[in-house]
Amino acid sequence: MSCSDFNDLDAELTAFGHPGGSSVRAVHDQFHGDLLEVSMGPQHPSTHGVFRMVATLDGEQIVKLKPVFGYLHRNHEKIAENTTYLGSMPYTDRLDYLCSMSTNWAYALAVEKLSGQAVPDRAQYLRIIMAELTRLVNHACLVGFLFNDLGTSFTPLLYAFREREKIIDLFEALSGSRMMCNYQRFGGCRVDPTPEWLAAARTLVENFPRFLDEYERMLTGNEIMLARTQGIGRLDPAHAVNAGLTGPVLRASGVDYDLRKVDGYGFYPRFDFRVPLGAQGDTYDRYMLRILEMRESVKILVQAFRDLPGGPIMDPKAKLRSFRPKAGEAYGRLEGPKGELGFYLISDGTPNPYRYRVRPPSLINLTLLEEMCLGHTIADAVVILGSIDIVLGEVDR
Amino acid sequence: METVQQLRDRLAARFPAARVELVLNPGVAAEHSLRLDAALGRDIALFLRDDPALRLDYCSNVTGVDWPDKEITDVVKTTVPDPAGGPPKIVEEKSVHVQPGCLEAVYHLYSMSLKHGPVVIRLRTGNRADAVTLPSLTPVWRSCDFQEREIFDLFGIVFAGHPDLRRLLMWDEFKDHPMRKDYVEPDDYEWEPTAHGAVLERAKAHQLAAVAGVVDPGQSSANPPKAAPGSTTPATTAPVKEAKP
Repeated sequence: MSCSDFNDLDAELTAFGHPGGSSVRAVHDQFHGDLLEVSMGPQHPSTHGVFRMVATLDGEQIVKLKPVFGYLHRNHEKIAENTTYLGSMPYTDRLDYLCSMSTNWAYALAVEKLSGQAVPDRAQYLRIIMAELTRLVNHACLVGFLFNDLGTSFTPLLYAFREREKIIDLFEALSGSRMMCNYQRFGGCRVDPTPEWLAAARTLVENFPRFLDEYERMLTGNEIMLARTQGIGRLDPAHAVNAGLTGPVLRASGVDYDLRKVDGYGFYPRFDFRVPLGAQGDTYDRYMLRILEMRESVKILVQAFRDLPGGPIMDPKAKLRSFRPKAGEAYGRLEGPKGELGFYLISDGTPNPYRYRVRPPSLINLTLLEEMCLGHTIADAVVILGSIDIVLGEVDR
Repeated sequence: METVQQLRDRLAARFPAARVELVLNPGVAAEHSLRLDAALGRDIALFLRDDPALRLDYCSNVTGVDWPDKEITDVVKTTVPDPAGGPPKIVEEKSVHVQPGCLEAVYHLYSMSLKHGPVVIRLRTGNRADAVTLPSLTPVWRSCDFQEREIFDLFGIVFAGHPDLRRLLMWDEFKDHPMRKDYVEPDDYEWEPTAHGAVLERAKAHQLAAVAGVVDPGQSSANPPKAAPGSTTPATTAPVKEAKP
């Protein structure tokens, strides 16, 4: 549009009875009906990392949304195929860097399935303790960041981070690293916790419901929170199953599929806990589901501390060096905090895996992002993305 | 749930035209798989999803596997009688034949409604060069969407019928498929001429080749010939020594 067009418009408006001089032109009418393409990310605080969404907007409503990946791609799978089985254990920490303990376990589970390695009882309990503490870390982070996405800048997040800090302090005391724990081994765990560590962890777990109560009292019934999340980003169960969504996102839509119950890996069948399910499949259900899962995790942890047996933490027959599993393949999966985390391995009898594949729940949970966001505003898309819970280290690998 | 062998027999009866092979897994996990006829892959996948006894409604994991050409040495032993009457001699004749390679897509299927699985199915391409098309299973299971795009990106399998087949992780201008076993990494992803001794020497070969239009300087020498878009401009064709003394 050239400058003269504006002048003509001015003239037109004046002709319709506006007094001369400066007038407010109806800009909206000129652009009405045009679609606007907005590229959100890769550098954006609410895409939770280097994730990019190309959204097409009609006014403020989303009519099309395409996720773009690969900004954190380092071909983890190729690197793992060029190193030994144990060599890629520390690298699995960097997949989902908030939940390294579960990611380690998923990899150890797949390798143990591939090689037929047994795991002693104490290690099985320790694994469950670490995995559930990780679930607390992840879900606490998620509910904190979700409020950040809703616009309450940082206060709820810091409440959640205060609890997370206590747990990762425990991880640091045990494994030497706050986030990159590198704790699991094929056939057991790396370090045995001291009685002092166990006592500290037990106190933390017993106090955790108090944090949840406080957090919920403050935020769950909040009017803005309800208005911004209820009915937003609905996901129906049939589509969710077909699109391979897993974890809390799937269960918020009411599909009862928790690998801790379905596969019963590790010692989970010995524990008494329930699988919370959502009814509406909206953002609010996904938030509430995380809170309920944290309460169930606390129940599991209390039982684990009560029943933790003595004994070795590594299988004495386990081989760490010159580890060569028999030729064959295995797919091991577990219920990570974000969904089904699987490792697919093909061994050809050499020290390196022939094929190493990570099934990333964060990536596959994004399959229906567009469908969930359509018709909502761009501000809601941020919240929907936050409620799916992604980590870009795992999405891009 | 029925065993893989029973499932194979049932599929063979239901799809007489399709070849369904049982692939035994020699490992401890003993998760055997079925190699399906690629031409009828999607029909069989629909059957697996909708069959009331199976109801495999959830496709968990999709991945590619690269099987490069393999040289196999055949040893033929022949017994040659000694004309002098001594003990017969055993002569070994070695011959090498090449087993052609292929690309493979592996799908892990589970049932969320009946809570069983996995059923592992495999589809194989004809070779690794030009016959790399497989039917896309995204219309059957939407969860294959990103994973098939990733296989297309990293392995180079083309999925016919995929609604949006683009590279997922590498950038669109990238030429090779990094997860293939014979992939050669570029010397330097962000190569550009510099005037520093050792790098300069190493760069010479690339530059000469780029001028001749043989190799793209940003890519490895294993890539197909392609003239770099900027290679005809004077800045890159000029010898580097003159560019900076």
